[in-house]
Amino acid sequence: MSPISRGFMGRRRAVADPSRVPPGQYLTADFPVLSAGPTPHTPLDEWSFLIDGEVTEPLSWPWGEFVGLPTETVTGDIHCVTKWSKLDTTWKGVSLDTLLGAVETEAEYLTVWSDGGYTTNLALEDVSDGKAWVVYEYGGKPLDPEHGGPARLLVPHLYFWKSAKWVRGLTLTADDQPGFWEGYGYHNHGDPWLEQRYQGD
Amino acid sequence: MAGAALPRRLTWQLASVLELVDETPRCKSIGLEVPGWPGHRAGQHVDVRLTAEDGYQAQRSYSIASGPEDDHLVLTVERLDDGEVSPYLTDELILGDQIELRGPIGGYFIWEESLGGPLALVAGGSGVVPLRAMVRHWAAGARTTEVSLLYSSRTLGDMIYRDELSRPDGGKLSVHLALTRAWPPDWGGHRGRIDQQLLTEAIPQPADSPLIYVCGPTSFVENVAQALVEMGYEPGRIKTERFGATGT
Amino acid sequence: MDALDGNAIAGPLLEHFGSEMTTARGACAHCGATAQIAELRVYMSAPGTVVRCPACGSVVIVLVRIRDALQVDDTRFKPAPG
Repeated sequence: MSPISRGFMGRRRAVADPSRVPPGQYLTADFPVLSAGPTPHTPLDEWSFLIDGEVTEPLSWPWGEFVGLPTETVTGDIHCVTKWSKLDTTWKGVSLDTLLGAVETEAEYLTVWSDGGYTTNLALEDVSDGKAWVVYEYGGKPLDPEHGGPARLLVPHLYFWKSAKWVRGLTLTADDQPGFWEGYGYHNHGDPWLEQRYQGD
Repeated sequence: MAGAALPRRLTWQLASVLELVDETPRCKSIGLEVPGWPGHRAGQHVDVRLTAEDGYQAQRSYSIASGPEDDHLVLTVERLDDGEVSPYLTDELILGDQIELRGPIGGYFIWEESLGGPLALVAGGSGVVPLRAMVRHWAAGARTTEVSLLYSSRTLGDMIYRDELSRPDGGKLSVHLALTRAWPPDWGGHRGRIDQQLLTEAIPQPADSPLIYVCGPTSFVENVAQALVEMGYEPGRIKTERFGATGT
Repeated sequence: MDALDGNAIAGPLLEHFGSEMTTARGACAHCGATAQIAELRVYMSAPGTVVRCPACGSVVIVLVRIRDALQVDDTRFKPAPG
C-alpha cells in the first residue's frame, strides 16, 4: 500500500450508521458533479421521453404531459462507484412502473439513453415495483442541468452510473446489452451491496 | 498512437516538504525535496497522491511553480473551498511531511528558450503558476527573448508572486495586471476582464507572430483563445492549458 | 462542469504508453478533424475519463481504471502525421 499521508482524511465524514453504507464506500455531504460530456440544454418544448424497442407500440410523452403524470417523492441513498455515498437524498418524478405500465412488452432488459449519447443497461426487474423513477426535482427544486436536469433516471439500489443524467428514453431489449461504461468493463448489474463494480465481480 | 519518445517510467516517489510560503490567503507555495529528481521543463506538472490510514486515496495534478534552474521543486497550490486535496496541502502539511508525487509530466504546454518568441503569457487566477515557471526559466537564461505577461486575478489579495513579477529587469519582461472583481481606488492596472483592447496593449501584435500560452479556468482560457483568434493570431502559435473551474 | 484538455490526462497516458503523448496528433474517427491530444476536451466522469473531439464533440478516447489496471481505448482517435 502507498505510504500514508499524515492526517489526511479527504472529504469524508465518520460513518454514522454502517448499515446504510455499502462495502468500500465513504460518506459525503457534497454532491460531486462528474460528467462524460458537456451539459446538454434541450429546450423543454423539444424534450420528450420515448419508450421503444421490443414493445407492441412505441410511446412518447412531451414535457407538458410528462410532468402531468402521477408523481412520487422519493427519498433514498445514492452510491457512486467512485466510492462516495450520499444519504437521504430527495427527489420527485415519475415511477418507471407508471411509464412501463403504459406499454406492452415481453422483453426482460432495457437500454436507457440520454442527450449526448450516454447509455446504460438494466434488467426490467431492476426498474419495476418501486425501484426506479425518471426524476425532475432534487431537494425540492427543479433538477439542475449539472445534475442531469431537466430529467434523469434514478435507480438508487444500483451504483449511480446507472442513474443516467439527461435521460430521454429507454429501449426494451430481449437480451442484456452493455451500455457505455458496461462496455468498458463496469458491471452489467451494479449492486453496491455486493460490490458489483466491474465485470466479474 | 505514437508520441514523443521520453524513455522513462512514470513512478510514484516520496517528496519531503522543505519550505512552506504563504503567497496569498488562499495560496501556498510548497518547496519539496525529491530524491533523484530528473529536472523539468517550464510548464510541466506533477501528480500528487494522498493516502488515508484506511487506504482511501485522492490524486490531483499541480503545475510546477519553480523554474528548471531553481534549487528545488516548488508547487503553488490554491486552496479550493470544496477541495479534497488542496485544503490538506495548504492547511495540514508541515515541514518534514512527505507526499507522494510523480512527474514531471507534460510535453505540450512547455516553453524553453530554444522555442523562441516573442513570448506572450496570459494567466487567469492560479493559471499563473506554470507561466511563472516559464518566466523564471527565461530570467535564468540569456534573456534574449521578449516576454509579455498578462495576469488576470479577482482581487489584489488573490494575486500570486506580485513582488517577484514587478521587479525591474532591464525592460525585456513586460507585465500587465488586470483585476476583475475589486480594485483599490488608485489601481493603475486594468479593471475588469481581459478584452481585445487590453490584449492589444499587453502582447505583441499578430504580425510579430508571438508564441502565446494561455492558462487558467476553462471559461477564461476559451474566452481569451477566441479573442486571440478573432484578432488574427495564428491558432497554431496559441497553446492552452485548462484548470478545473475556479473564478478569476 | 467545464471540460479540461488533454494536458489533464498527460500522466495516465504517459503511464500507459510509456512516452509523452500530449503532442501526439490524431484525427477524430467521426468528423476527421485533427488535433494534438492536448487540444482534446477531457471530461472526468465517475467511472472513467471521456475525451472528445474539440470540433464535433464525439468521443475519441476513453480511459478507465478497472481493478487498478489502466485501460485506454483510442480506437476512435486515428494517428495522424504530427
